[in-house]
Amino acid sequence: MTQVWRLTVTAIDIDPRNQTARAAAHLGGFTELTDLQCQDIYFCQGALSEKDQQKIHDLLVDPLLNTGTWELPSEPAIEIALLPGVADRAAHTLLEACRVLDLPVTATATGRRIQLGCDLVPDRIAKLASRVLANPVIERWSAGNIEPAFLSTESVAPQNSATPVERIRFRDLDAAELQQVNQQRSLHLDTAELARLQEHYRDLDREPTDAELEMFAQTWSEHCSHKTFRATLISPDGSRSDSLLHQLRQCTEQINAAYVQSAFVGNAGIISFVPGISLALKAETHNHPSAVEPFGGSNTGVGGVVRDILGSRHIPVALTDILCFGPPDVDGATLPEATLHPQRIRDGVVAGVADYGNKIGVPTVAGAVLFDEGYTLNPLVFCGCIGIGNETAVGEPLPGDRVVVIGGRTGRDGVRGATFSSAAMDASTGHVAGARVQIGDPIIAKLLIDLLGDAELIYRSITDCGAGGLSSAVGEMADGVGADVELLLAPVKYPGLEPWEIWLSEAQERMVLAVDPADMATLEKVCARHGVEWADLGTFTGDQRLIVRYATTPIVDLDLDLLHRGRPNREMLLHRPTPDRSQDAAQISMTPDEIRGTLLDLLSHINLCSRLPIIRRYDHEVRGATAVRPYHHVPGAPLTTAGPNDAAVISEPTDRHGFGIGLGVNPWFGLHDPEAMGWAVVDEAVRNVVAVGVDPDQMALLDNFSWADPKDPEVLGALAASVTGCCQAASAFQAPFVSGKDSLNNTHIDADGIQRGVPPTLVITAVGHINDVARTCQAALRAPGNLLLLTGRTLPEWAGSHLQMIRPDFWAQSGRVGVVPQPDLDAPQRYRQIHAAIAQGLVESCHDLSEGGLGPAVAEMMISGGLGVKITDLSGLGPNTADTDLITALFSESVGRHLLEVTPQNLTAVTDLLGSQMQVIGHVSADTQLSILDHQPISLADLSAAHHQQTLATHTAVGLT
Amino acid sequence: MSQPSALVIAAPGTNRDIAAARALEAAGAQTRITQVAELLLHPELIDTAQVILIAGGFSHADALGAGRVLALELTHGNGGRVGEALRHHVDRRRPLLGICNGFQVLTRMGLLEGALAHNESGEFACGWVDLEIPQSNCVWTTGLQEPLTCVIAHGEGRYVHADPADLMQRQQVALRYGGANPNGSLLSIAGVTDPTGVVLGMMPHPEDHYLARQHPQGVTRSHVQDRTGLALFRAGLEYARGL
Repeated sequence: MTQVWRLTVTAIDIDPRNQTARAAAHLGGFTELTDLQCQDIYFCQGALSEKDQQKIHDLLVDPLLNTGTWELPSEPAIEIALLPGVADRAAHTLLEACRVLDLPVTATATGRRIQLGCDLVPDRIAKLASRVLANPVIERWSAGNIEPAFLSTESVAPQNSATPVERIRFRDLDAAELQQVNQQRSLHLDTAELARLQEHYRDLDREPTDAELEMFAQTWSEHCSHKTFRATLISPDGSRSDSLLHQLRQCTEQINAAYVQSAFVGNAGIISFVPGISLALKAETHNHPSAVEPFGGSNTGVGGVVRDILGSRHIPVALTDILCFGPPDVDGATLPEATLHPQRIRDGVVAGVADYGNKIGVPTVAGAVLFDEGYTLNPLVFCGCIGIGNETAVGEPLPGDRVVVIGGRTGRDGVRGATFSSAAMDASTGHVAGARVQIGDPIIAKLLIDLLGDAELIYRSITDCGAGGLSSAVGEMADGVGADVELLLAPVKYPGLEPWEIWLSEAQERMVLAVDPADMATLEKVCARHGVEWADLGTFTGDQRLIVRYATTPIVDLDLDLLHRGRPNREMLLHRPTPDRSQDAAQISMTPDEIRGTLLDLLSHINLCSRLPIIRRYDHEVRGATAVRPYHHVPGAPLTTAGPNDAAVISEPTDRHGFGIGLGVNPWFGLHDPEAMGWAVVDEAVRNVVAVGVDPDQMALLDNFSWADPKDPEVLGALAASVTGCCQAASAFQAPFVSGKDSLNNTHIDADGIQRGVPPTLVITAVGHINDVARTCQAALRAPGNLLLLTGRTLPEWAGSHLQMIRPDFWAQSGRVGVVPQPDLDAPQRYRQIHAAIAQGLVESCHDLSEGGLGPAVAEMMISGGLGVKITDLSGLGPNTADTDLITALFSESVGRHLLEVTPQNLTAVTDLLGSQMQVIGHVSADTQLSILDHQPISLADLSAAHHQQTLATHTAVGLT
Repeated sequence: MSQPSALVIAAPGTNRDIAAARALEAAGAQTRITQVAELLLHPELIDTAQVILIAGGFSHADALGAGRVLALELTHGNGGRVGEALRHHVDRRRPLLGICNGFQVLTRMGLLEGALAHNESGEFACGWVDLEIPQSNCVWTTGLQEPLTCVIAHGEGRYVHADPADLMQRQQVALRYGGANPNGSLLSIAGVTDPTGVVLGMMPHPEDHYLARQHPQGVTRSHVQDRTGLALFRAGLEYARGL
């Protein structure tokens, strides 16, 4: 037995993780733990001399920062290590470092230690470890000293499996037996799909292999084939309507925008506003993984969408993230067993987004964070990416091209149903567990970005390894040409993988290329330059068949037509909602004191307060091309002077043109009227990009739906209504959808069998062209004396509003909350005029009105501008009314509205453009107060303090920074 | 005017090498980016460069602590030849700049005093800061006007030193955060120089503000040219020209 050395490293002065650990422990009910101390553990295996030990000590211990000891600590503690098979970057790096130092280290491992500062009884320790400090999905723990699971130094050659392929008895099974196979192998196929497969194998006169069945299950899964969005919809009266996907596509086709190069095909939508330059747009969801393992879930969510962009021959330049969590003040005791606390999910998700984006050097520039009880058990994580390319199409493989996999190695990561017990494993057995969620390796993604951005690299076609891994990547590329690949050639992380596992593994950071044999030498050279591993797995054949071998034995021999076009289409029952849109809202009134209190409550509401504590954790500056940031802040000024901008603008530092990225989401409208919500969120995304200077005649949209169980006709009806609403809006704004994604079945079933789904959540991303970034706007007020112009019409539409959320008492008696903000059909034309005003340099600042309405919008402009506002006229904001009540004027969330700051000199020119679509409501003042009519003014300091309350700044995700 | 040759050192995970090269070029240098793997095979690249910059990012994912493995490679890789060459570069009084991760590397290599610990908040912090320029002999900050406005983007930027007041006294503190201290650095130290003044390590990113329009309010309003990071690169190149 080789000797094992263990170094425990402790920070000398501040270890910020201690604070986090204490917060997490307190959140978990361990208030007695006041003195937690986090430490790092490093294991090295090998015959180390004293001098060797000193070298390792010097590497890992900086005398100014930490102390290290080779002694085994004995104080009460919990020690935690990653499960074997979960990528351990630190252990890998330590091994590399030992090589540089020429040390006889044969294996390395890492862990972390949390000293408790007091004794706990064993079952409290178990709860603390498994519920608070460690995540059993990716980590194992020990009360006291943990045993290392070593990363082996031996080169990993795939083992030759004795039985590479298993034939599954399938052809002669009856319906019940088919269901049994379905369940045993977790195929999640329905009766019609199973029958179709059975018919196919009867025709072939053979049984399917395990790998073939797994491949069908993946390719025909909801995740990959969008069965619901492709289903024919059946109404209660029996009438049939086109699939939701068809409606979205048709909408794009009717708009027929010249700048759309590719919509709804491939990995991302492609648009081009400037000749020779194309943009790839994509947004994905990673909801279920983030609920189970927040850091890894969001981390690989970002990684996945980045690969989508790379797989579209574009280089990522901007990231977006929309995160939906349960309220942070949920009582942990009310949560079902094994459900993570929303605060912990939030902190882990944010850390995961930050880690990936920051390390790959792509700025995270736009996003939203929503809190609602509906997300407590089902958090949602939307990750978006925009890439720049040169209008080169992805391309198709030609017969004779090589099938090349590049990037990370293949492991058992994310192979469906893979559950392994950590106790059963150690280094000597060579068994390695896979986790349901894999932590990504952003450094490998960064190398892939550099490699694929290298102009010298030549390849014919590309796609990413996402869901389904190699099976879907090679399966898709081979469609129409055929391929013959050998799995023994795929680089693997460790031995012992079954062939079907290699084929289905969702290990991160891998891409598949089709390369002309004549270009292989170049590929080898460029990969070496960037330090990216590659392997030639086989040939694109030209015979339309997909043959997958393991040690030359075929484990898959498939007709690609059946795989990609053979799935029987679904028919699904829906029941469309019928919201009452005739209801007038009951008139409400407030005293001036109540108005002040309501405004401050809204500004400090968790859905409206400053996102700075989260945004600042994302590198939104890397690449140097961020021209309008997610928030406005003057360098050197206190952070309490920062305020939100409506959208981000990206422009390469020497370009005149650029593009804006804006978002729209509002599940609260969706709960009342999903169709109106569909319109409202398109309007919001468009409104946001228009506010920063985007040309509304040159934009494209992404649609991302996260919904509950569509087998419930009411749920599907709401989904269909939202598609109708967003398509109507897209047509009205002439903004085509170019890509989308749906995530369904976001439900949680508790012990009593009660199913809880997420609120209807549609995220719209708008990306639009800016001709001259010098003519962009931010939301900060600029100068006293300037006029404030409100555009659009303001109506008492309170359903789903934040005023309704914080003051339900107003409508408790009458029940007449009114409607969800309804479409404003004048908005598209008005946005063109606003754009004209911005493009002519007539607008000093601009802010959209959304959650909370005019009051919070004015306050935000004041906070970032450091100036006051006098509101002098709020009458007649409705379309045909002389009078608007004050509460509606201040807090209505009617769609389609902007607030513009205009100099008195430019008023005439702006009035000429906007005419009756605007009204001067007041002016900017130097006195740092908000005066509303003749009410007692509210100080800017109070507004700022409310907006910058620190709800989002606590941290409870231990071990992840 | 002559174009000094500049070498930008990057490693797997470095993400501001291109921005650094762009800023150096805008300041008048002829720039080459080298990956550490290439540099270890060709230590002579160091000797041909009049100015060297170790760029920011997450070299080797900062997996064992920021900059530690890149510092190890540069010190011990290929028999220590690159480390020797870098020390020789400094001995010849040629300018050497480490930005962010590069600063962390320079402290680990012993080319600068002190160390960089996790931010006090425990978190990565990105935003804009104004930098004060104390009296020092640093060639990179000679003649610069205050404030220098820069991006910060780091998780391990808290400057630690056994006796920061003494370092200040020795005029080796080249840059300090004006206004709020973003990471808990002792004496708000943002950048330090070596006794000769040719080595500068700084956490903020002057390369992200080499053009006035990169300032948060710069795209729509003109800003004083001297307040951009370009002045810092120009100062370093100017010194190299005079050697």
